[in-house]
Amino acid sequence: MAEEVKKKRPPLDPNSAKARLGKIAAEAYSSAQEAKARGEMVGWCSSNFPVEIPETLGLAVVYPENQAAGIAARGAGERMCNISEADGYSNDICAYARISLAYAKIKSAPEQDMPQPDFLLCCNNICNCMIKWYENLAKELNIPMIMIDIPFNPDYEVSDAETAYVRDQFRAAIAQLEEITGKKWSEEKYNEVREISGRTSRAWLKATACAHYEPSPFNGFDLLNHMAVMVTARGKIEAAEAMEKLHQEYEENHEKGVSTFRTEEKYRIMFEGIACWPWLRVTSTGLKSRGINMVTTIYADAFGFIYDDFDDMCRAYCKVPNAINLEYARDKRVTLCKNNKVEGLLVHTNRSCKLWSGFMYEMSRQIGEECDIPVASFDGDQADPRNFSEAQYDTRVQGLMEIMEARK
Amino acid sequence: MYTFGIDIGSTTSKCVVMEDGQNIVGTSLLVGGIGTKSPERAVNEALESAGLTWNDLAATAATGYGRNRYDEADYNVSELSCHGLGAHHTFPTVRTIIDIGGQDAKVISLDEKGRMNNFLMNDKCAAGTGRFLDVMANILVVPVDEFAAYCERAKEPAKISSTCTVFAESEVISQLANGVEMEDLIAGICSSVAVRVGNLAKRINIVPDVCMSGGVAQNAGVRNALSETIGQPILFSPQAQLFGAIGAALYAYQKQVNKK
Repeated sequence: MAEEVKKKRPPLDPNSAKARLGKIAAEAYSSAQEAKARGEMVGWCSSNFPVEIPETLGLAVVYPENQAAGIAARGAGERMCNISEADGYSNDICAYARISLAYAKIKSAPEQDMPQPDFLLCCNNICNCMIKWYENLAKELNIPMIMIDIPFNPDYEVSDAETAYVRDQFRAAIAQLEEITGKKWSEEKYNEVREISGRTSRAWLKATACAHYEPSPFNGFDLLNHMAVMVTARGKIEAAEAMEKLHQEYEENHEKGVSTFRTEEKYRIMFEGIACWPWLRVTSTGLKSRGINMVTTIYADAFGFIYDDFDDMCRAYCKVPNAINLEYARDKRVTLCKNNKVEGLLVHTNRSCKLWSGFMYEMSRQIGEECDIPVASFDGDQADPRNFSEAQYDTRVQGLMEIMEARK
Repeated sequence: MYTFGIDIGSTTSKCVVMEDGQNIVGTSLLVGGIGTKSPERAVNEALESAGLTWNDLAATAATGYGRNRYDEADYNVSELSCHGLGAHHTFPTVRTIIDIGGQDAKVISLDEKGRMNNFLMNDKCAAGTGRFLDVMANILVVPVDEFAAYCERAKEPAKISSTCTVFAESEVISQLANGVEMEDLIAGICSSVAVRVGNLAKRINIVPDVCMSGGVAQNAGVRNALSETIGQPILFSPQAQLFGAIGAALYAYQKQVNKK
């Protein structure tokens, strides 16, 4: 195994991308709390809902998926899941949903608090479990829910009919939100937000693409932290500036020959699936201690939305990873593997996400063949710590490493 | 040059002493794996059978679930690689290895030189593993090593449809209560393991020759049912349970040779 070089780290520069992104992620919660305290309405929003809509309307929204990930990463996933399971929710349901439903009931979690919602914004382009999760929240809390239906797309391109179907729903959602909150839509403001969201996304994708350098100027696990800003704040100017700073730092790292992966990069892999948040340190250390850098993951790139106008925005939200067909999804990943000179694929068979884990059985086989790389998978969960075995993870990662080693 | 391999599993500890990466000069196999005294006893027993001491060993390697907690070894290798090396040493033509151990099942694919190029493991469930058979043996009060004889006498193997070990246990009890013959029930249990592991194997490209490793390889009932499931003959060696330890000893040998 690679020797980990322990260096004393200097205090975090407040102007660094890491510090700025951390501040923006924290402010996503504090600014919503402040809005609530001022008597403004606050929404709960699914991660692939078009954030441009609440941002243009000047609405404070928070993200239950992001909160559940934070709660799970800070060790409270099991406690929260137990609460919703005692209320009758099956442990087969997504753990983000179980944590969120528990939070809506007990209204407090020191690991990551957020204000209670006055309305809900749901989009099923990420999964269909989301619909029932949000419907139950709406019923339990007796608040309105705005639902945008983006069907799974069996074709490679987004058709005009689908674009029109989604466009009409986006417009209807805007009208509903105006009625619920009393805020007014402004095309001028929307264009500003769209510009900023595009700027943030371009910078983010340029930053993640720096993984093509060998060695990579960053540890791929950094992306899992930074992407919180892409989920919650990509329409804000501070986010665009911080992402541009991140890209600049990664380019500088490459020029100086340094990296945030603080050990020798012996192997480069793609990680597939949502992070195993309750076991983030274990999963990260299992790789890093062997010199394996997770240089790329579709999960991070998925939150980079680039489009030119309203219709193009509709198409962009139809192309998120869980709404596209196997061939298109495979090709996106193959491109990431090839561009970033990936030597192996590690798949998280995530018990919470039946959709994503289900299609990976076949897709990972196809990616392995197309890229001529070994594939290993491990059982885990994005937020329920009970679905992971450290010893089994370790054996699979070591096996993957030994194949990569033999191929060198 | 003597090298040593220790395979500390979830239910057993196995050791092998090899001379010049060719001949096996000492072995041991003890019940009790990680967290027991068996690994230490297995080391002593293997050295004794070889007439050697620890100081006679040029290099040692540990594998199995207990490998990370065994500090005495020079090298730490996954059981995936070790089963590949051990099986290839015994059967040079082998390309696919099906290993059913105490708590997991693995299918390992080797290239023509015997290098691992792919693997698959069971998901986090005891069905299709040695533990499943142990639980069944316990409720039927029939030792696992007698399963093969029962299978030979079976007329119509019972269908065990549940994949969950706990639910399958109730299913077996109720079939027993309904008068299903013990022979048919045991054949059904072996077939249930074979189908589950066979399906795992089919996900990888099964290239002949195929062999089995691990403790369950000794069970001809499972072996024959698995052969039928995958449509391939399965090579068997009485040393199949030692393949992991043989692979570890070979790995240690190769490392020593490469150093020179």
